Amino acid sequence: MTGFQTLLSRLGAGAALLALVSGFLGGGSDMAVIGGSLLLVLAGVRHVSGILPHIVIDLAAGLVGMAVLLLVLASGMGAAFWWLLVASWLFCWLAVERGMMASTNTAMFSNVILLAVPVFFGIWIIFVWQMLAVGLDIPMVLLPSPAQIAVRFMASTSVLWADFQQTFLKAALIGYILGCGSAFFLAIIIDRVPFLQRGLLPVGNFVSALPVIGIAPIMVMWFGFDWQSKAAVVVVMTFFPMLVNTVAGLQASQAMERDLLRTYASSYFQLLIKLRLPTAAPFIFNALKINSTLALIGAIVAEFFGTPIVGLGFRISTEVGRMNLDMVWAEIVVAALAGSISYGLLSLLEKQVTFWHPSNRRNHS
Amino acid sequence: MNAAVARLFPIATVVAAIMIVWYGFTVYLNAPWQIEKYEKAGIEWQMEDLVRDTMALDRPILPAPHQIAIEIWQTTVEKKITSKRSLIYHGGITLSSTLLGFLMGTVLGIGLAVSIVENRAMDKSLMPWIITSQTIPILAIAPMIIVVLNSVGLTGLLPKALISTYLSFFPVVVGMVKGLRSPDPMHIDLMRTYKASRMQLFWKLRLPASVPFLFASMKVAIAISLVGAIVGELPTGAIAGLGARLLAGSYYGQTIQIWSALISAACMAAILISIVGIISHITLKRMGLQQ
Repeated sequence: MTGFQTLLSRLGAGAALLALVSGFLGGGSDMAVIGGSLLLVLAGVRHVSGILPHIVIDLAAGLVGMAVLLLVLASGMGAAFWWLLVASWLFCWLAVERGMMASTNTAMFSNVILLAVPVFFGIWIIFVWQMLAVGLDIPMVLLPSPAQIAVRFMASTSVLWADFQQTFLKAALIGYILGCGSAFFLAIIIDRVPFLQRGLLPVGNFVSALPVIGIAPIMVMWFGFDWQSKAAVVVVMTFFPMLVNTVAGLQASQAMERDLLRTYASSYFQLLIKLRLPTAAPFIFNALKINSTLALIGAIVAEFFGTPIVGLGFRISTEVGRMNLDMVWAEIVVAALAGSISYGLLSLLEKQVTFWHPSNRRNHS
Repeated sequence: MNAAVARLFPIATVVAAIMIVWYGFTVYLNAPWQIEKYEKAGIEWQMEDLVRDTMALDRPILPAPHQIAIEIWQTTVEKKITSKRSLIYHGGITLSSTLLGFLMGTVLGIGLAVSIVENRAMDKSLMPWIITSQTIPILAIAPMIIVVLNSVGLTGLLPKALISTYLSFFPVVVGMVKGLRSPDPMHIDLMRTYKASRMQLFWKLRLPASVPFLFASMKVAIAISLVGAIVGELPTGAIAGLGARLLAGSYYGQTIQIWSALISAACMAAILISIVGIISHITLKRMGLQQ
């Protein structure tokens, strides 16, 4: 074990010991907490003496700690509970840390680890959130627990679906397609005219750094309350990043490659389709990914300035007013899922299209 | 024609074209309302009357550029800075939360990047979630976060700055991770032959190599912090700040006020980005990384 791992195991054992002591001193503590802490102390001590050093035991210790915590979780927990939480977290970290070291052996195993580690981390965040929300008795108007949010999510899927349809499928998606599409074609035209290139690019760069979201109230005035005004905001927001990136991408092919295609007597369109668009693809996908989150933000924020009584932004702002924070978080989950899934799909598509790019090859350093 | 003119001429042409189109749209969009007004009053009107009057409306659908310029002049130079109607007062409030958020975001970003580069478990568990964190439309839930933080007792600058922090740490993390990993393997090997410790490798090679990347990310980060600060101001009951001016303007149909707030936000973004650019230029020059 490296020095850092030893440190983790000592800290974990120390925290478990503190949990044990405060469990006895506090009195009235659950036997499960005391038993769990004892187990974790033993797991830490075994690293000192060097018996049974296998990594699975560290993981098991962490998981047992988590299970005990879930079991005894109630409002207003004592010190022993929190120390056990710290100890289990340290043991899980130790297991992950050691797993990373071991994962360099086989390709299959390392792939599994690479997927499992972030998932495990995500589970831990939700776990700690649940512990804090319930254990510290945080009122629901401040921070609802994940369990409450999940219950509310399940109970109101029809409302969530209607909001999703209004904001994502209508406003964001239509605006995204129009904005990215028009910027793409304008970029190809600009690319043919060097004068426009020199004139429009600095302006485009400038505009894409601006707080474009501010045009939302103006668009609502012009296009009315329904999704058209939101789509208009999204068009303006997504237009300039796409324009700038596509123009930059179209210039990315090298002179040598262009010359080669010219010696084959390729026409402008052949050059464009066979060389310049493929080399521009990484840039274009970069813009598409940036825009996928911008589009959702634009559509939701625009709803704060006036909207029919459906939509993610509308629901968020009204439910905040009614102190229904669990509903607000359910809407946030929908938005986060929509954002992450579209980003993931775009990344997958990018890997398919730009398989030749150095960052997508296997065994890159 | 010297180089500067050759560079500026196309930009000036494009800006001039945008202005002309803008004036055209001012007349076109405001015309129906103005014509209705003429007919109600029973006035005979010519084309030149229409052009003149559509550019002088109180609450136009699209104000003319010079109307916005006059409004900005009146609310900056001709008003006292302490006045609630001064754009400088509102801009200052937005600027302070932008800068605070930018500072916190940069520090957080650098810290995360260092821990990601130095610890593999951190890299594998944090990096996917940092990317996921940005697919959550935080700007969209910013108003709620402000309201919740206010009810916990956090008021004033900090809640808005936290929104900016959340937005601005991301480009810094991504840029810094790239930068800290940018040294040539050859250089790392050289350091190893000198028996450099991990700390020395970090301070003498990795950190200097990451500076250009850091500045490039900071330019993105400061622009995005400004956006965060403006959106963070939307729900505070429209008290102060450029975002509040936007919201108040949209409530009362004061289009000129909306546009002037928007243009001043744009100018502020441009100034902030160029300040970072200048600092970056000076620093890189002194480090010998740029001619």
